[in-house]
Amino acid sequence: MYTQGLYEIIKKEQIAKDTFDLTISCGKLSELAKAGQFVHISVPGFFLRRPISICNIDKENGTIRIVFQIKGKGTDVLSKFETGEKLDLLGPLGNGFKLLDPDKKVITIGGGIGTPPMLEVAKYYGENATEISGFRTKELVILQDDFKAQGNKTILCTDDGTAGEKGFVTDALSVSIEKEKPDFIYACGPTVMLKAVSEIAMNNKIRCQISLEERMACGVGACLGCAVKMKVLGNEFYGHVCKNGPVFYSEEVIL
Amino acid sequence: MSDLSVNFCGVDMKNPLITASGAYGYGREYVDLYPISAIGGISTKGTTLNVKDGNPPPRIAETPSGMLNSVGLQNGGLERFISVELPNLEKQDIAIIANIAGGTIEECVELVSKLEGTSVDMIELNISCPNVKQGGAAFGTNRDCAAEITSAVKRATSKPLMVKLSPNVTSISDIAKAVEAAGADALSLINTLLGMRIDIMSRRPILKNNVGGLSGPAVFPIAVRMVWQVANAVDIPVCGMGGISCAEDAIEIMMAGANCFQIGAVMFNDPYAPVKIIDGLNEWCEKNGVKNISEIVGTVKPW
Ligand SMILES: Cc1cc2nc3c(=O)[nH]c(=O)nc-3n(C[C@H](O)[C@H](O)[C@H](O)COP(=O)(O)OP(=O)(O)OC[C@H]3O[C@@H](n4cnc5c(N)ncnc54)[C@H](O)[C@@H]3O)c2cc1C
Ligand SMILES: Cc1cc2nc3c(=O)[nH]c(=O)nc-3n(C[C@H](O)[C@H](O)[C@H](O)COP(=O)(O)O)c2cc1C
Ligand code: FES
Repeated sequence: MYTQGLYEIIKKEQIAKDTFDLTISCGKLSELAKAGQFVHISVPGFFLRRPISICNIDKENGTIRIVFQIKGKGTDVLSKFETGEKLDLLGPLGNGFKLLDPDKKVITIGGGIGTPPMLEVAKYYGENATEISGFRTKELVILQDDFKAQGNKTILCTDDGTAGEKGFVTDALSVSIEKEKPDFIYACGPTVMLKAVSEIAMNNKIRCQISLEERMACGVGACLGCAVKMKVLGNEFYGHVCKNGPVFYSEEVIL
Repeated sequence: MSDLSVNFCGVDMKNPLITASGAYGYGREYVDLYPISAIGGISTKGTTLNVKDGNPPPRIAETPSGMLNSVGLQNGGLERFISVELPNLEKQDIAIIANIAGGTIEECVELVSKLEGTSVDMIELNISCPNVKQGGAAFGTNRDCAAEITSAVKRATSKPLMVKLSPNVTSISDIAKAVEAAGADALSLINTLLGMRIDIMSRRPILKNNVGGLSGPAVFPIAVRMVWQVANAVDIPVCGMGGISCAEDAIEIMMAGANCFQIGAVMFNDPYAPVKIIDGLNEWCEKNGVKNISEIVGTVKPW
């Protein structure tokens, strides 16, 4: 179930270099939203909508948060929207993460701008979630205080060591698993990272879900544009990120 | 309320709006927003005899006022269409147009033969897909091939046959005349225009297929021109499409000579487009004293 409408931005913050955090008042959309889903945003001057993950859902206040980075011209225009202005959102779209019993121990992994969707899923597990975030460098680090505020343990990695530990999230993941094997792993980030995380999960026999990106048109499963190679019961075929995903079990996609 | 109903090749539709093949799936995806029954008809995703995987991603690239796609006719095959999709569409009060595509004439003939006796109201034969290596556009860009496949398919079906033309040709009216002479009951146009985009940092085409089909508002003036040329060249009815994004565009393409129209890419921008366009048609007709929408067909007064 999804909806479409013009929704007001009630808070805007720049939280890192080229990275913006919008809180949007969107009533029913927020009510329907689940961790891991996304919204498809119409940006004035551009024909196709931009898919952005839902970072945080506040059903009580009827809001969602989205966090995005300027990548091209569309996200640049989006970054100029101010508090009080309205955005045309279609959503919530996609399937969302599988949530276990909140007592289970999970690891959530965010690579760069893949970190935002981890916030809502980690919220559900509170202190039973360990968020491992990785960024290229200090000035790109986002959301660490948000994870801590909702009770999550956090491990921060940067490629250049300017914040947290120097190294990749996959190194931190292996160490964490050795200390205590989690019941589930959630991850979103660059494809190389997702590949490595999936492999570690498989080798340690831990169920793992990853959130993928692909260029989209409709966002709802009608155009078959956002193809991803899937493998289910030995059969290979093209599934679609907007409908079969964006969240997939790591073993059911071929990256 | 004005009368928006049209009779297209013997098929009654409550309004002239048909959702274009490949842009609206089988009508399941937009039911959260409005009932499928709002539209006049659906042209279903291009169906091939067997399951077709489609092209590798990326399949979508944005363009100024439009987009490229290289989906490559991904579909579940004819059997699935008949057993899974048709029963659902039958329950809606809409015209069902089965868009078919084949790599060979034999495949197209088999497709329509197997659709005999089903609830499909009309066949739309796609001889213009730019995204498949075999068949596809090859049929649609050559007069003799276009005529040959049309007459073979026409012989194999008792349903009205609409042939979908490619804009990637020098003279679309020549192809249109050949297809009419070969027995087509109607024509639809335009399919997408072949285009390309390159990521200048990686120097790689954005589409994995390198090239893809351009659609959306960017192609609208080309569609209007081609519909006008074709409608003047043939006596069979024409279904116009290509870049329609509002009621005014729909009226414009009908004035150019289209008896009904299809909308595709605009729905990706505004999923409510079908409903808005139908409302807009009603309003426009009422305001301009048009009792039945068909009155405006082909009424452009060329200089
Ligand atoms: C399910 C999903 C969730 C996402 N969540 C977030 C998020 O939370 N925060 C964030 O910053 N980014 C997110 N992205 C990526 C974001 O959609 C792109 O960065 C954005 O579309 C780029 O638009 P642009 O106009 O700035 O770039 P341009 O390169 O100018 O865009 C041109 C076209 O390519 C598409 N495109 C370009 N890069 C991507 C990409 N990586 N994925 C999909 N389409 C792309 C655009 O949508 C547009 O249609 C997500 C993508 C998907 C598919
Ligand atoms: C994603 C996508 C998939 C399409 N798939 C098909 C198809 O399977 N068969 C077909 O005949 N046309 C297909 N088309 C072409 C459309 O039906 C239509 O001819 C074209 O997009 C022009 O209309 P528009 O500008 O309103 O989209 C497709 C178009 C798009 C955008
Ligand atoms: S974007 Fe249309 S199917 Fe996913």
